Amino acid sequence: MFAIYKKELRSYFIGATGYVYTGIFLALSALLLCYTTLQAKTYKTSEYFTFMIFALIILLPLLTMRLFAEERKMRTEQFLLTAPVTITGMVLGKFFAAFTIFTGTMLFSCINFFPLFSIGRRELRTAYPDVKDLSKFPHIGPVAGQIFGSFVGLLLIGATFLAIGVFLSALTESQLAAAVATIATILVMVTCGLLTQITDKDGQYLINSYAVRFVLNWFSVLSRYTPFTYGQFDLAAVVYYLSLTAVFLFLTVRVYDKRRWA
Amino acid sequence: MIKIDHLVKTYGTNYAVDDISFEIKRGEVVGFLGPNGAGKSTVMNIITGYLSSTSGTVTIDGIDVLENPLATKKMVGYLPEQPPLYLELTVEEYLNFTYELKGCTFNREKHLREICDIVKITDVYKRVIRNLSKGYRQRVGIAQALVGNPEIIIFDEPTIGLDPKQIIEIRNLIRTLGRDHTVILSTHILQEVQACCDRIIIINKGRIVADELTENISRAVGANRRFNVKICGPQREVLAMLKSKPGIVYAEALTTRDGDANVYMIESDVGIDIRKSLFYTLAEKNWPLVGLESLGMNLEDIFITIVDKSSEVRGRRDVKKKKAPGKATIETEVAEAMLEKTAKTKPSEIAGKSPGEKK
Repeated sequence: MFAIYKKELRSYFIGATGYVYTGIFLALSALLLCYTTLQAKTYKTSEYFTFMIFALIILLPLLTMRLFAEERKMRTEQFLLTAPVTITGMVLGKFFAAFTIFTGTMLFSCINFFPLFSIGRRELRTAYPDVKDLSKFPHIGPVAGQIFGSFVGLLLIGATFLAIGVFLSALTESQLAAAVATIATILVMVTCGLLTQITDKDGQYLINSYAVRFVLNWFSVLSRYTPFTYGQFDLAAVVYYLSLTAVFLFLTVRVYDKRRWA
Repeated sequence: MIKIDHLVKTYGTNYAVDDISFEIKRGEVVGFLGPNGAGKSTVMNIITGYLSSTSGTVTIDGIDVLENPLATKKMVGYLPEQPPLYLELTVEEYLNFTYELKGCTFNREKHLREICDIVKITDVYKRVIRNLSKGYRQRVGIAQALVGNPEIIIFDEPTIGLDPKQIIEIRNLIRTLGRDHTVILSTHILQEVQACCDRIIIINKGRIVADELTENISRAVGANRRFNVKICGPQREVLAMLKSKPGIVYAEALTTRDGDANVYMIESDVGIDIRKSLFYTLAEKNWPLVGLESLGMNLEDIFITIVDKSSEVRGRRDVKKKKAPGKATIETEVAEAMLEKTAKTKPSEIAGKSPGEKK
């Protein structure tokens, strides 16, 4: 498993994929932060993170589309499956390689927040120029707890998206098909949450039935994300995201198991 | 070493492998022969754990492939039909990855260098696989199979698409490996198994149709007594001489000509090599011998005959839902085949004298 993990990490940066993904991710995150905070003259970062979720819908399939589709096309999966590694090890190795790149770029994009914090500090200083201990005064600037919460939430959502991508990549030989299918699937999962919130001018829900709304909400990855933006650690949501990730990884293992027995 | 017991693999109602059983001893080099789509690759894929069997068992060194796949996979090095190469990696990176993947614990550098020396890829060690020629890629594929020093090495059509020089090199390599490994070589090229293997298993439509030592097959092929000879000289006299020459049981002038030479077909008596004495006789008479061509069955003929026969038997079995008759030995098969072939070219006279008569 570790060998596969290492090889996948390396493969990202032998081809263009790793650089393209990293470049777009960092540029886009910086741009989004500028627009949602500096431009909008606010310290609230929740909007930035919500936009980032939508960016991930497009970006993360870049990481996963290659993983299994390419192996199948080049017939190298035969090599992995006849090597003394379990299928689970193979799937996890690949998943964690993608997850590592994702986490790495996420961490790197944190430097975006430094200007925000420094602007906040300066504003605080100018508001109370004579006071030494500022901790007793109302807070000005971004809230670290909220940023941290959103960050963790985004990592969890990213893990789920990656697992979906891994699964769909195992189903096809074509990288493009894998990417498109992944984007479509994630998009549906996200929008079915948005659908439940749409109301007409009288405040009536577009989807009248509570049961349908409940089910759609359950599938929506967005609905459980909100507490994180307040800096709350919602254990139920964490379990939800982790189990969704596990389910899709398990399905990937099953795909390979099934192909062997077919 | 490898024991395959009543192996069956079905795809839907289609039998890819239909009740195959055989055993391979340690150190044997076995050729796995069959037309395309006979089920060779399927059997190999099952041995290597890439596919699962529908029923039946495969054990390697007493360990069931399905029960403890990790242990058996460590014992097998496998080169699939298309070498599984990561084109974006260099040979060095690829072999290092293989080394780690197989969880080897040797001295890495020394082990990899040894393998590169054996398959002769040391000079491309630092190059990207994408830029290598097909021959080199094949070698890298073989190197991959050798990493970890597995006891069993399985090659699936290793010389396909190579040029003649590379084919000879790869065959030599396989023969070298055969000295201290158990090797299974799948191919549909007959010379290849004849050149490399101790034993030949012929498989057609998912069943074993012949399982013999290579020497038996070679003997069957070598037991040839018919030649086409091209002789310059007066046709009638030459023919008369051939007919009267001791050791020749049949002679006939053919209608074909080669320049000013006439072509004759002769058949020698059992156990006599007529070629030398024929040469001296002709030299004495001053009739130049310009061509001598063996008309015996070559491996292709044997192969096609056996495979055709098995298809017939299979067809019959399917209709009557009955077990196929017991497997005939390769020698009887070949003898019958020869008989048939001779009968086709020259009906009564030769057929009576062909080796098939004795059986």
